[in-house]
Amino acid sequence: MALVNISSPHTTRGSGAGSVMLHVILATIPGFLALTWQFGGGVAINVILAGLTALASEALVLRLRGRPVMFYLRDLSALLTGILLGLALPPFVPWWVTITGTAFAVIVAKQLYGGLGYNLFNPAMVGYVVLLISFPVQMTAWLPPEGLGRSAELGLGDAFSAIFTGQVLSGETVDAFTMATPLDTLRIYAESLTEEELFALPVFGEFAGRGWWIVNLGFLAGGIYLWQRGYITWHTPAGLIGALAVLSLLFHANDADRFASPLVHLFGGATMLGAFFIATDPVSCATSNRGRLLFGIGVGVITFVIRTWGSYPDAIAFGVLLMNLAAPLLDHYTIPRTYGHVRTKREVEAEAAPQAQASTESGGSGA
Amino acid sequence: MKRPVFEYSWGIHPPENKVQSTERPLEDAPLPDRLVLPLQQHIGAPAQPLVEPGTRVLKGQQLASANGFISVPVHAPTSGTVLEVAEHTIPHPSGLTDLCVVLEPDGRDEWTEHRGIDDFSAVAPRELLDYIRDHGVAGLGGAGFPTAAKLGSGTDSDIEFLVLNGVECEPYITADDTLMFEYAEAVVKGAEVIAHLVQPREILLGIEDNKPEAIEELRKAAANSPVQIVVIPTKYPSGGEKQLIQILTGREVPRGGIPADIGIVCMNVGTTAAVWKAVDSGEPLISRITTVTGKAVDTPRNLEVLLGTPIRSLLEHCGVQRDALYRLIMGGPLMGFTLTDENLPVIKTTNCILAATREELPPPPPAQPCIRCGMCAEVCPAYLLPQQLYWYSKAKEFDRAEAHNLFDCIECGACAYVCPSNIPLVQYYRFAKGEIRKAEHERILAERSRERFESRKERLAREEQEKEARRKARREAAARAQAEKKAAAARGEKPADPRADEVKAAVERVRAKKEAAATPAAPDNDNQAG
Repeated sequence: MALVNISSPHTTRGSGAGSVMLHVILATIPGFLALTWQFGGGVAINVILAGLTALASEALVLRLRGRPVMFYLRDLSALLTGILLGLALPPFVPWWVTITGTAFAVIVAKQLYGGLGYNLFNPAMVGYVVLLISFPVQMTAWLPPEGLGRSAELGLGDAFSAIFTGQVLSGETVDAFTMATPLDTLRIYAESLTEEELFALPVFGEFAGRGWWIVNLGFLAGGIYLWQRGYITWHTPAGLIGALAVLSLLFHANDADRFASPLVHLFGGATMLGAFFIATDPVSCATSNRGRLLFGIGVGVITFVIRTWGSYPDAIAFGVLLMNLAAPLLDHYTIPRTYGHVRTKREVEAEAAPQAQASTESGGSGA
Repeated sequence: MKRPVFEYSWGIHPPENKVQSTERPLEDAPLPDRLVLPLQQHIGAPAQPLVEPGTRVLKGQQLASANGFISVPVHAPTSGTVLEVAEHTIPHPSGLTDLCVVLEPDGRDEWTEHRGIDDFSAVAPRELLDYIRDHGVAGLGGAGFPTAAKLGSGTDSDIEFLVLNGVECEPYITADDTLMFEYAEAVVKGAEVIAHLVQPREILLGIEDNKPEAIEELRKAAANSPVQIVVIPTKYPSGGEKQLIQILTGREVPRGGIPADIGIVCMNVGTTAAVWKAVDSGEPLISRITTVTGKAVDTPRNLEVLLGTPIRSLLEHCGVQRDALYRLIMGGPLMGFTLTDENLPVIKTTNCILAATREELPPPPPAQPCIRCGMCAEVCPAYLLPQQLYWYSKAKEFDRAEAHNLFDCIECGACAYVCPSNIPLVQYYRFAKGEIRKAEHERILAERSRERFESRKERLAREEQEKEARRKARREAAARAQAEKKAAAARGEKPADPRADEVKAAVERVRAKKEAAATPAAPDNDNQAG
């Protein structure tokens, strides 16, 4: 056999991008099971529908772009986008909402930017925000968690029927079953009710929003798995959770009736899903660990501000998209110190030097 | 007393694959038909040949002498006859040829006269350095830097640590492991010789915890010596000089600097043992331990190999399966380079011959898109952002790549090893470095030719001015002559006859010529003022 001539390194771990995506997908299982347990089979239907739509959309665009379809589908990034969006949708959301949002996420937010690795924004969150703005009624119609309201009356058949026809099997419309989420309730009643009165509402029930805390623990467990296995670093989730906790604690300590406690903020909404699965999307996040910490803090701050003073109940999606915009800037300022260098070398220094010179020159001639 | 190891988070754990070659004892490689000895097996100036075709040489005799301070001589690994001194392909990633001495062994293995130094501590450092250089000792770990030159930098500065590198972090390679196990004594003694030269406050020998037998032997050998055996975790690339220094001392070699700048001298254990061999018995560096391993050989093992031995002979000795041999590597699977010719010789820096099958080191799979997962940055021992360097190299934004300290990349390959998308990252960096160097080279060339062009232009302009000045002087002289003639005419000196006129004109011309010859100085001055 003729000897090959290849430069080093000669070996790789070579797990494939698909294995990273697969582990993230596997890590959503605890959260997914908790959601399905608390909010019924509609969650599973949404996830499957979104996953299939994502794969189909990706395949379609790859075909149009003349790319090898199976090679790219195997990286599972489209499937992951679909699953994450599916997990974020209300359980009885109509099927066409799911399909519209997922197709938009994959086709516009991802593929039109150049496909995997090139998208500026988190595709799942672009899909989510497009839906939230376009179909606010459907997107805010959440079911009560397990054991609350009329949740006991609904089975998998009802979920299927509701999603595809808008009515449960008994013929009642979805509206008859929906209920405000804890964060929604908070937004509506924060001004009028005291903390005790608020927590007496059944939707809070347990320590941070009935059912929701279980869902958050599920995603937290998956997130810890990803961190332990090295698929994500701790920086983004710690920044996000830390910023949210510190801000809510400060405001809560100052005026407990007006501002919700950190527990509600951390375990009452989509915080853990956002912190470990959404904000950590490496493509649209910052690059260095310091940058990721700042990215997480930014998402946390924006989320707190919108949750507290904005008109949307949850704001992880907005926080992530706004910080996606800031990621290149963060990268610019957070280049780590290289071995043997005294200081962190900022890219800006290398670039700004000639520019500054040019501007002083032009300024001088102008004067 | 157990010495602490400093904190670091970089590095990878590739499969070690070291067991295969350590199961069999060390033995001498067979004497080949001919030895090919490149005159440059080290960094620096190539050695200068002392022999001619037909010269009979003895074992240990100098074949080529050191050429300057950063150079080492080459010695005959056995007795025999010089066949030629000619260009041959050398084991180097470039695949280029270089001057080599080709020696035909006579099989008698007859030594030249040699003896060591009885008491090295009585020898002046300068003299001892010369002695080490004359015995051909260059770094056996990787780069092959002349040992005397390295120690020379150590004798000139205040050295706090002498760091001995017995890490051997690359998979498959067990040459240093074998050396430390078999010749622990020589390593420790060599360290004492080097310590005599650089006078460190502490001597630290770093070794990975995957070599328990060698650690035990070293501990026994170092029992009554200042050499401290420091066991460090097994992690690639801990064996990089800068990385080991960081692990053992917590210090970082400054950018563009050498370890001596921060009071450290770092030596490979094989080099250290070679120093001892030279000092103890006077034997120059003519052989080394090389690991021959990989699935394409039946009996992977470590061999004591004469320098210049063709790799073919080692492969055959270890039962090579040529049908299965796919990739032949000198060095390890992460930083070694492929060879396409089995006739290349073993040189001073050849620590391993890896004969891999296709299944063992398969061709690289197609690269997937970079998902910026950042695993590369987690493992980078230089704290770079490999994925940023990749994007910039790919987009040919070389200024940005340089701003991200591309040239601090040691090309260890850890980033490419962990990359889930199988992107050949190091190849991108090499491309970018090459392009930047090329552009820099071209810039220098362009600068030089611009200077040449401008000075030529200046010279031509100057010559033109001088010519112009002479022309002007002539014109002025002619005009004066004309004016005088007219003045004479105006005074009414009517020419009596044509002949008189002619005579007068001739006289006039002569005078004008004389004047023209006398005036050049003045117009020249005018020109300079202009």
